[in-house]
Amino acid sequence: MTLKELWHKLGSPRWFYHMSTPWVTGFGIAAALLLCTGIVWGLGFAPQDYQQGNSVRIMYVHVPAAMVAQSVYIGMGVAGFVLFVWRMKLADVAIAACLPFGMMLTALALFSGGVWGRPTWGTWWDWDGRTVSTLVMLFLYIGIYALREAIPDVELRGRASALVAVVGTINIPIIKYSVEWWHTLHQPASFTLTAKPTMPPEMYLPLLVMVLGIYCFAGHNILSRMRLEIVRRERGTQWVRELVLPARAAG
Amino acid sequence: MNPKRKSRLYLAVFLLVAVSGTTAALMVAMEQNINMFYPPDQVVDGTAPVERTIRAGGMVKDGSVNRDPDSLAVEFTITDHMGSEFVVAFTGILPDLFREGQGIIVQGELAESGRFQAKEVLAKHDENYMPPELMDMAQEIEAQGAAKSSDPRT
Repeated sequence: MTLKELWHKLGSPRWFYHMSTPWVTGFGIAAALLLCTGIVWGLGFAPQDYQQGNSVRIMYVHVPAAMVAQSVYIGMGVAGFVLFVWRMKLADVAIAACLPFGMMLTALALFSGGVWGRPTWGTWWDWDGRTVSTLVMLFLYIGIYALREAIPDVELRGRASALVAVVGTINIPIIKYSVEWWHTLHQPASFTLTAKPTMPPEMYLPLLVMVLGIYCFAGHNILSRMRLEIVRRERGTQWVRELVLPARAAG
Repeated sequence: MNPKRKSRLYLAVFLLVAVSGTTAALMVAMEQNINMFYPPDQVVDGTAPVERTIRAGGMVKDGSVNRDPDSLAVEFTITDHMGSEFVVAFTGILPDLFREGQGIIVQGELAESGRFQAKEVLAKHDENYMPPELMDMAQEIEAQGAAKSSDPRT
């Protein structure tokens, strides 16, 4: 299938529903396996840090949560752009599905960061570039959610939330480069595409497993929410009726 | 692309560029406020304001930590290892990661004399993680290397 065909097919919620069925299951199984492995490995078997001791293990929750929260936001920004320019129905469904999961992950990243900061930095919270820009991302998620709840008209709701989501993507590079542009309390990134990781494999492998696990969990969660929303919106159509009430349709 | 979509595309791109530009300009203008702390050279050369609550940060100088045996008072020197350093006085409990050679941030007031009276001490940790055994090994290798290079026979 060419990219152009895929683009046209994405216009059909029905096609998307059927296409995504195996993906939901696949992501779900992969997430369960990876997260179980990663948690046991990271919290139980990975070594302590020479300075931080056991509190370094918070990294195995904090880093994947923060990474995927930003990725989900980028996904939502792209969906917002598609919705704003092409008015694709599926993009509106995607924004609605990304919101709760991204919000939860951002809150988890901030909370785990506080719990980690207390023993290592000596404070729960400080107003530095990284923490504040991440807090802004949480407020963006909450704000877009509230905006969508406040506007009853489906078209207008979609357009307004899409615009805020698109403009809010500016925050993502700010989060990423905050630790390089300014003096911050938060340490710079341990992983970059260009340099080798700043920790040994027995520490970064479980971290990698956790990151992949959370990505799969995000895929599973967001696709499930999208499918549910598609069925809800298309409940009047023949294909949904056949899907939900196969016996009656056959009889 | 139909003209309606095209105009919406331009609008979205324009908005994104405009808001990015504004944000960038704001960040450049407020750089000093976004920076969380003054590095040692700015404390020494007078960029950091005197007798106002500010934050300063740097490395704790090796061998400079001086604890009062009868109280929680402690004094140490913060350095950037490039010639700028200043003395910090603090009374209270230091964070777990506070040690000589470690990056820290202090909040408090800089006196006219150049002494920093800290109300709060935060430890900054770097992006390097290592199990304790590996660190011991690394230090051993470093010590061996140092011994070798100082050996006059080689």
